[in-house]
Amino acid sequence: MDAKTGFFYLFSVVLLYAAFRVISARNPVHAVLHLILAFSQASGLWFLLKAEFLAIVLVLVYLGAVMVLFLFVVMMLDIDVEGMRKGFWKHFPLAATVGALIALEMAAVLMGGFRSVEEPKVLAAMVDAAGNPVAFSNAKALGVLMYTRYLYPVEIAAVILLVAMIAAIALTLRSRKDSKAINPSEQIRVRAADRMQILKVAATQKAPEAAPVEAVAEEKKA
Amino acid sequence: MTPTLGHFLTVGAMLFALAVIGIFLNRKNIIVLLMAIELMLLAVNMNFVAFSHYLGDMHGQVFVFFILTVAAAESAIGLAILVLLFRNKSSIDAQALDTLQG
Repeated sequence: MDAKTGFFYLFSVVLLYAAFRVISARNPVHAVLHLILAFSQASGLWFLLKAEFLAIVLVLVYLGAVMVLFLFVVMMLDIDVEGMRKGFWKHFPLAATVGALIALEMAAVLMGGFRSVEEPKVLAAMVDAAGNPVAFSNAKALGVLMYTRYLYPVEIAAVILLVAMIAAIALTLRSRKDSKAINPSEQIRVRAADRMQILKVAATQKAPEAAPVEAVAEEKKA
Repeated sequence: MTPTLGHFLTVGAMLFALAVIGIFLNRKNIIVLLMAIELMLLAVNMNFVAFSHYLGDMHGQVFVFFILTVAAAESAIGLAILVLLFRNKSSIDAQALDTLQG
């Protein structure tokens, strides 16, 4: 058993264990931490499959950004764990049956069909004009493909990310009621009439009329 | 037994089955549902990368790249909706979401 085989079984077992803990952990923070473990093991498996670029993207983007986002949200929310766990094991027999059925059927079909597909033979090393071997770069091959044949899909993916960013901000943005922030758009659109009012005031004013004498006398009596 | 294409695909299938079980078990907890969906996407990506390596075709890896993009967008919007839900209902119980029920 060579090192690659050993690493394959190590990564696979830890990956499946972590996935099991993700779905069964009582504390959601533990679930997210096991999800991080699962993704790191998957990244190891992708390294075995010589997909170095994607393996590193999985670590950087998934573990570095998406999982930390999950962790933030989980820690921010006050989750009623006990209420959530009520009836947790009620549907376990059905779930286990369905899951085992899926796994066994797919394993039977896939192992039957693809067990004979062996590791591809190493291609004859490419040589440049001087006769030196050219190293194969997974990232370079992927980049060439993405920026030539898949240029439009890459742009669409960029638009999807932009839409997701705007949607996430628009959904969660909430202006504070006591905020003293200024609105530049309102400030620019303001007109002189909104700010200053010119009133006509007479230069001289009539003196108020003196109260009638009888009324004052009645007040004194009362 | 040296790993062949079948071994990697089987790992993917088992991961997918575990995620399905997770969706069954955590019907109430929306955040674990999102995590189970992430696991399913990971299982699919595993299949793509395995096929890409064993059949010597880079296009599978390009596809994985796009799946990762969409998964990141999905989880960002999903978590935003979750935060909004918690703000309005003070709970992330999926069974509290019955406002549309007739």
